[in-house]
Amino acid sequence: MKSFSYTVKDELGIHARPAGMLVKEVKNFQSKVTLEKDGKSVDASRLMAVMGMGVKKDQTVTVTVEGDDEDAACDAIKAFFETNL
Amino acid sequence: MQNITGKIAFGGIAIGKIKEISKENNVVRRVKIEDAKAEIARFEAARDQAAEELKGLYDKAVKEVGEANAAIFEVHQMMLEDEDYLDSVRNIIEAQSVNAEFAVATTGDNFARMFADMDDDYMKERAADVKDISERVIRVLSQKEEKVNTSGAEKEKYIIAADDLAPSETIQLDRETVLAFVTRHGSTNSHTAILARTMNIPALVSTAVPKEVNGKMAIVDGFKGIVIIDPDEETLREYEKKQQDEKNRQELLQQLKGKPTVTKEGKEIKLYANIGEVKDLGAVLQNDAAGIGLFRSEFLYLQSDHFPTEDEQFQSYKTVAEVMAGKKVIIRTLDIGADKQIDYFGLEHEDNPALGYRAVRICLDQPDIFKTQLRALLRASMFGNISIMIPMIASVWEVRKVKEIMEEVKAELTSEGIPFKNVEFGIMIETPAAVMIADELAKEVDFFSIGTNDLTQYTLAIDRQNAKLDQFYDSHHPAVLKMIQMVIDSAHKAGIWAGICGELGADLTLTETFVKMGIDELSVSPAMVLPVRDKILNA
Repeated sequence: MKSFSYTVKDELGIHARPAGMLVKEVKNFQSKVTLEKDGKSVDASRLMAVMGMGVKKDQTVTVTVEGDDEDAACDAIKAFFETNL
Repeated sequence: MQNITGKIAFGGIAIGKIKEISKENNVVRRVKIEDAKAEIARFEAARDQAAEELKGLYDKAVKEVGEANAAIFEVHQMMLEDEDYLDSVRNIIEAQSVNAEFAVATTGDNFARMFADMDDDYMKERAADVKDISERVIRVLSQKEEKVNTSGAEKEKYIIAADDLAPSETIQLDRETVLAFVTRHGSTNSHTAILARTMNIPALVSTAVPKEVNGKMAIVDGFKGIVIIDPDEETLREYEKKQQDEKNRQELLQQLKGKPTVTKEGKEIKLYANIGEVKDLGAVLQNDAAGIGLFRSEFLYLQSDHFPTEDEQFQSYKTVAEVMAGKKVIIRTLDIGADKQIDYFGLEHEDNPALGYRAVRICLDQPDIFKTQLRALLRASMFGNISIMIPMIASVWEVRKVKEIMEEVKAELTSEGIPFKNVEFGIMIETPAAVMIADELAKEVDFFSIGTNDLTQYTLAIDRQNAKLDQFYDSHHPAVLKMIQMVIDSAHKAGIWAGICGELGADLTLTETFVKMGIDELSVSPAMVLPVRDKILNA
């Protein structure tokens, strides 16, 4: 299992478009990816759930990746956050 | 005649007849079914067709409004693939033995409510997206044709009025027939508002237009945010003129856009825009400014209840630098004090704040506040073409001290391995003292920008907030014009450039005078960029 924390810098937070892109990215991998904020966690391959978290600018989320390809998945998702959010 | 105010989604003026678009109220009936499996299959087929339609809309939108604005239709497609959404529909069909239409409507309502309950204006808007995709699936299930198009045989143009428009409805309207959008609900954050902006169509949202307006004559003033229904003759004439003026401005834009700002003698003048917030960037680009000559950084401090952190500042500066894509962005450091007071700075009351503890004086007295800003600015320099400008300079030692602090900050960044570029460094000339020693100051900096508002008030000893003094206030006072000449001459002697970023820079009656004086740069409000360019081309 791998995980990292990220503080969102995008003005709008994790809004519709990046949420959609994130879900796409997550679906590229076998691993199960979970997004956690303030004790609430959701499956990152589920768009409405991710949007429903309502992650805003300056809030920190913890991303957990678990599965056979977790190393590659974790790197890719981390890079995704850094570039898009 | 009836005036109704709304929220502005996009400016512009439209005059024409109203066409009301009302959705058929699809009342979804709950029907008991026998074969849940078959019903789920029916739902899945409808979902596939809806996704296919959305793919078509996405392609249309990419062509018409660009990829970034079309992305919402991709998100809609993905919402239709969302496992939670699909599970919910299947569950309702199975557990309650009900028809797919009812299951989709219920699921749509539930998810829409989740978004509507969020404490975030942007996310609240997403409720409309869930409803939009659910209605699409229901329509496919009911085998109804999609009908939103206003295109008739006659192609008459209309002001479109509706309770609300889903992005899919907006994009399907024949642009040729739409004069403006007015919706009773919706927010300026909605995708429809964004699409209207991209399509260049005036749009108002949250406007309480009465129900019975179909076919009535109306005016939409997207600048003031009002709709006038059944306007009288006089109002109509007034707005026809306004519309013409706006058309002229647009033509000026077409004519002058992309053209270099060169005087008849062949000297190129840097024509930049002044902005106070990141959101003003749109206007800068629309009016084709060659850069930003004054970005007032105060908004970061004024809109905050604490000292803005280095990262908060960095994000704003970075955004501006990136959006301007390599064009010059001159950012003025903190100019608080005088008429701009902030609680958390804890500034003491002063009898004479204009002559008091403000701007660079605060920065030199409390270098920690200043260093945070300089660090953010230098870090952001990697993302574009940033220059740093210091306000309210009166003495050479102040400039040297600022440079010393800047060097300290650069050394810190270097030791932390944080990259930055060497930025142009300039000062505002807005005190008579700075004018008198401009030759010495010129040796210390890369450019001068004259702040004519403060320079005039300090030179004429007139408080510009005091209306009683209007008769004594002469913005063209020869003393001020002579000072401007002195500043330009001192700059040129030292081989640096000089510009004006105060209100006088946009005074078209003086443009020719400034050009003759040898001015190198003028920074004006975005709306004045093109008129000033027009003047310079003929000066």
